[in-house]
This record gives sequence, structure tokens and C-alpha cells, in this order.
Amino acid sequence: MTEEIAIIATAQTPARRRYPDSEASMLLDLTNQLLAETGLERSAVDFTIAGSCDYLSGLPFAFVSNVDGFGAWPPVYESHVEMDGAWALFEAWVRLQVGDIDVALVAGSGKSSPGTPREIFPLQTDPYVAAPLGLDPASVAGLQARALLDAGLATERDFAEVVSRSRRNGLGNPNAQVAKDVAVDRLLAAPYWASPLRKHDLPPISDGAAAVLIARGERARSLCERAVWIRGIDHRIDSHHLGLRDLTDSPSTRLAAEGVGLRDGPVDVAELCVRFSPEEIVLRRALELPDDTVVNPSGGPLCGHPVMATGLVRVIEVANRIRAGDARRGVAHAASGPALQQNLLCVLEGAS
Amino acid sequence: MAERCAVVGIGQTKYARRRADVSLEGLVREAALRALEDAGIGWKDVEAIVIGKAPDALEGVMMPELSLCDALGAVGRPIHRVHTAGSVGASTAISAATLVESGRYRTVLTLGYEKQSEGNATWALGGGRSGSQGAGGSFAPWIRNYIQRSGAPEHIGWKVAVKDRLNACRNPYAHLHMPDITIEKVKESPLLWDPLHFLESCPSSDGAAAMVLTNAAGAKRAPRPPAWVIAHAKRTEFSQFPGRDTVKPAAGVDCAKALYRKAGITDPRRQIDVAELYVPFSWYEPMWLEGHLICDEGQGWKMTDAGETEIDGDFPVNPSGGVLSSNPIGASGMIRCLEAASQVRGTAGGTQVDGAKVALGHAYGGAAQYFAMWIVASEPEPTYR
Repeated sequence: MTEEIAIIATAQTPARRRYPDSEASMLLDLTNQLLAETGLERSAVDFTIAGSCDYLSGLPFAFVSNVDGFGAWPPVYESHVEMDGAWALFEAWVRLQVGDIDVALVAGSGKSSPGTPREIFPLQTDPYVAAPLGLDPASVAGLQARALLDAGLATERDFAEVVSRSRRNGLGNPNAQVAKDVAVDRLLAAPYWASPLRKHDLPPISDGAAAVLIARGERARSLCERAVWIRGIDHRIDSHHLGLRDLTDSPSTRLAAEGVGLRDGPVDVAELCVRFSPEEIVLRRALELPDDTVVNPSGGPLCGHPVMATGLVRVIEVANRIRAGDARRGVAHAASGPALQQNLLCVLEGAS
Repeated sequence: MAERCAVVGIGQTKYARRRADVSLEGLVREAALRALEDAGIGWKDVEAIVIGKAPDALEGVMMPELSLCDALGAVGRPIHRVHTAGSVGASTAISAATLVESGRYRTVLTLGYEKQSEGNATWALGGGRSGSQGAGGSFAPWIRNYIQRSGAPEHIGWKVAVKDRLNACRNPYAHLHMPDITIEKVKESPLLWDPLHFLESCPSSDGAAAMVLTNAAGAKRAPRPPAWVIAHAKRTEFSQFPGRDTVKPAAGVDCAKALYRKAGITDPRRQIDVAELYVPFSWYEPMWLEGHLICDEGQGWKMTDAGETEIDGDFPVNPSGGVLSSNPIGASGMIRCLEAASQVRGTAGGTQVDGAKVALGHAYGGAAQYFAMWIVASEPEPTYR
């Protein structure tokens, strides 16, 4: 039986093209916000775990400085994943299920501004065959888009509609970096960037961070009036080799959806890690979302993509909507790797 | 509800300066297959994979779980990637143990690796800046401080270097086999960072190490004896701040206290039969004996000097040859954990400590600020001496 664990507080920085300060300073602000909101002392946090990526800042061991932001004195029980903060949430959620500790601080942070993402991210690909080709994420997303078009599963208009709706939704999101009301026809008139993708099909380059406090059972109820319960987290991965994959589908997302029991209840809201507009088409198909599910009301990563926090931000956006009473049950999605190679789902629910 | 966790499979590659015979996939798969074989299970039995390694910059592969997932049988499964600096191998084992203890997964494959020959480790360890002082350069001032505080004679470091290299000769996986090493040779090897000589420093290795962790039911089915994970602990502190004790960091003390408390250990020196401590530079043997409360302050070097940490001593440390004999950084902590497990399973071969029932696996990292430790035992409820 899974222990009841809830998100009791959330915090995020706005996504911005560039923050002048360090990741640690962003994390310090978020940690202080979470502690202030819950009234907890730092010493009441039993476990801390963060996700970040050394490569973004070009500094091996960059994450070591981030412990300054969490307040690691007196010494803390802490860990780090070189993954999006959503995977840090997964580990914290599993850790609390052991049942001996109650409260965990989870963070994700990333600054893309010190480097050139399209030159850095090809290093994610197989180092012997693919990486020397410099296959950047937009180019891989272009291949995925082309596969969708060739299979008759989407049109370029569908991609533009995702962008138009997302960027319009971003107007209501104070943390969005890019938001505007643009008609689909105007988007379709733009030139190609990585054909069949246009520049607006790509996410902005962002700096940013996100953090949540989670707590177990009674502790969560005592700390928070409107705790948002984590009903399940599952993550799966597909083959790394693009040639072995059907890019129009996401089997790992399907497996994760089964793992979290996505279809065991209504899905009022879905925040999907749509970094490139065609990804929404792939994810909607894999998740088999009901027609009435509201997708990416925040605007999603197309409005702000603080790498390593983007997935955790999805969790926060769903949690905040449930907490505000706008939704009862929802799903957050995080992704890693080229063409949605690795996918995580987190199902959240308000008090029953 | 908490489940028991046991190590039922162990796999290591041969550690070497350069494993040019295998790709990164080949390297990790070599260790993983050996661990599965030892556990008597196949890929289909693995429900989740947890990998760890030091900075991605060591090989120039960003988020390598993405490109290694096929080789690790992870397609369609969860694969999780830990990075906590030098302590990562032990942190990874602990994260994997948590996955089992939580009841979330029955059987987990965990693996640490580094293929340092693919890049320039000293550059990466210096935070990617040129002209790096290297890890030894960072630790040397603290070692000098230890010597000053404890009044240890200078031959202690040389002695550890010889002991660990002679132990490594009994370990077929060890990178360095130096059967003719002597105190004299260590002392005469070039001085790198005062007081550390070349032969008092760890090598730079390629290698991978893996374990299969499972719950009590899995342990019952396993063909070979399990090593039960009795307790684990992790602690982290800031890299630097005024008044920080860099010789005996508070995080190391807290970590040991938490570990012994959870394990029910009241007298670590008597109740732990063998320890695999993360000793990348010779002097860290006495420093961690003191820093993790195995002995009183100022007594660590005396234990080393009296031969108590030798394989047939009263408190054997690093019978495998330790980090001083093999150091694929991301795997080094995992190796400490699995060598401890191997001892209590009675499968340590030539490095077996007679009658080992309770063992300590340990790693540290960063500016001696990350600590990860576990206690494994031959019985799920060990009775301590």
C-alpha cells in the first residue's frame, strides 16, 4: 500500500532569458519562501533533493554550490539527481514511503544563459555515432514533426494551433517568459527554422528554478489546509536510437500512464512538457486524454523552459490549480532526452 | 511500509587505466551482466535501474542514462541518475536501496561507472578550469592540518599506500597490482602535493561496478547468500565557511552517528568486522577512522601504525585495495559498498576477512562535504559482539 504523500507548498521563479545571479541564489529565495509559507524551520526538513545539470553552466560540480541555497548547515540529509527536478520529486516521494521521515524539500534549477543550448544538447546523444553529427534538440524535434506529418497524424496547422493556444494561455501566467495572442494563420506565414518547424514551435531559452515541500500523511494535513496528494509517479524510457523508435508514439509515456493509473479517474488538467509543439500531439495520443481535459493552462514550456526545472514546474502548475479549486485531479508530465525519450507522469488530487 | 533490502548480485569490470576494448555501453554492460548472473536473474526481473557517475564532463556525455539505457536493459523501465560528487557511488547504492525499502520495486539494478580515459579527470575535478590543482591539491592542506593536530609521524601515509596496494594484489579486478611496492618506494616517489607522494594517490581508472538489490522474498530465492542492508545514512554540508572543520567535518560525524544509531551499533570498532573506506589519498585512512568515530581523535594513525587495519588486523580497512588501487570515480563509492557486501556474503575470495559478519561501506565527495555510508550484514538482524 502506497503511503499518502502530499505537496504542501510550491515556489517557482519566473522563467527569464537570463538571471544575473547564481542558481544557488534562486534556490535560496525559493527555500525561504517555502519555509515561510509553511512556518517550518530548516531543521524540520528531513530530506532534501535537487535536480540540476553541470553541463548548462559548463562547470563540473556546479550542483555543489547549490547546497548553499538549501541551507546545508547544520549538515543535512541530502541528495542530487542530474535530471529534471521532477525526478528529484520521484525519489523524494519514494523516500518518504519508507515511513521513517515526514518532510522533504525538492528542487530543480537550471541556467541556460551561460551557454548555447543547441551546441550543448547534442552531447546528450550517443557519443560514438550521433554526437559528432551535432544533432540538436530542434533538429530531432523536426524529425519527429516530419514523422507525424508523413503518417497523416498531424498537419502544420495543428502545430501552429498548439503554439497559438499555449502562448495565449501564457498571458495569464505571471511566470511566463513568452506570451502573446497570435492567430494560427500568422504563425503559418512565418519561415521555417528546422523544417517543418518554425521558430515559434520551439521553446524560449530560459533560466529559472522551482521547488516544492512534500510531507507524509498526518504531517501534511497538519501543515497545510489544502494539501495536494500525489496519487502516483512513474517514469519510463524509450530506446535512445531514433531508428528503433516510432517517433509518432511514446510507448514510455503509455507505460507510465498505466503505472500511475491515469485513467482510474477524471483528468481535469494536464500540464505537459511540450518543448516543441508537435510533442503535444504525440503526448495527447499516448495519454489518451479525455476531450474535456484542459492542457497546459500555464502555457507550458513553450512559454518558459527553465531546463531541469521545467518538469517540476508542470507539477507545481497542476498542484496550484488543484489547490485553488480549479481542478480536482490532474496529471503533470516531465520529459528528458531527444524526441521525448524519457517521460515521467505524476497524478495529483485534492482532498477526497 | 518499509521492506528489507538485500544485495544478492555483484558485478565488477576489470579496472584499468584505459579500457579501450569496450565502449561506454560495453563497460557498463560487463558489470551489469556479472551482477545479474551472480543474482541468478535475467533482465526481465529488473524493475528499475539506478545509475551514478561523477560529472558528465569526465566523458563529455551529457545525461548518459539516455544513451546507456539500451545497454542496461532499461527500455520500458524507470532509469534514475544520481550525482553527488565523489560520494556518488555510495549515494547511488543508497538511492537504489530506498527504491526497494519503500516497497515500490522488488528488484533494482544499480550501477556506477567512469571511463576516465575518455577525458581529462584532473581538469574536470578542478571544476573545468585550466591549471587545476587537482583533488590532491585541495585535500593536502587538510591532511597537513591533521598531521599537525594528531602529531602523526610522516610514515603513516606511506604505510597505508603499501598496505592497500598489497591488498589489491589479492583482488583480480584491481587496477594497480604492485607486488613489489615498499615504504621506501612510496617515500621516494615524486612529491605531488606536500605531504602526498605520487604513490600515495589514487590512480585514474576506467571501470563499472553493479549490484542487484532485492527485498526479503527476492533474497530467499537468490542462489548465493545475501548481504542485508542494515542501515544507511547520508549527510552534506557547505563547501566552505568560517570555522568549518575540514579535518573532521561535522557532516561526516553526523553521518556516522546516524548510521550507527539506525544499525544499533554502539561500539563501531568492535562491532564492525571490516570497513571499505573511501581513501583516495593515503592519509584519509586515519582521518576517516577518526572522522567517523571508529576511534577517538588522535588514535586513527595509531591503529594504522599498529597494523590493525591490515587484512588480518583487528579492524581491516580496504582489503580490496581500496580507491588507492582502483578509481573509476563514479564507481568508487559503489565498489566500497559492494566490497563490504561481498565480505559479509563470504564471496570476497582472496580478499576475504575471516568470519566477517558486519561491514561498513563508505564514500565521501566534494570538498569532504558529501558523505554516504552503509552497514551490511550476513544476517537481517545481526547480533553484535
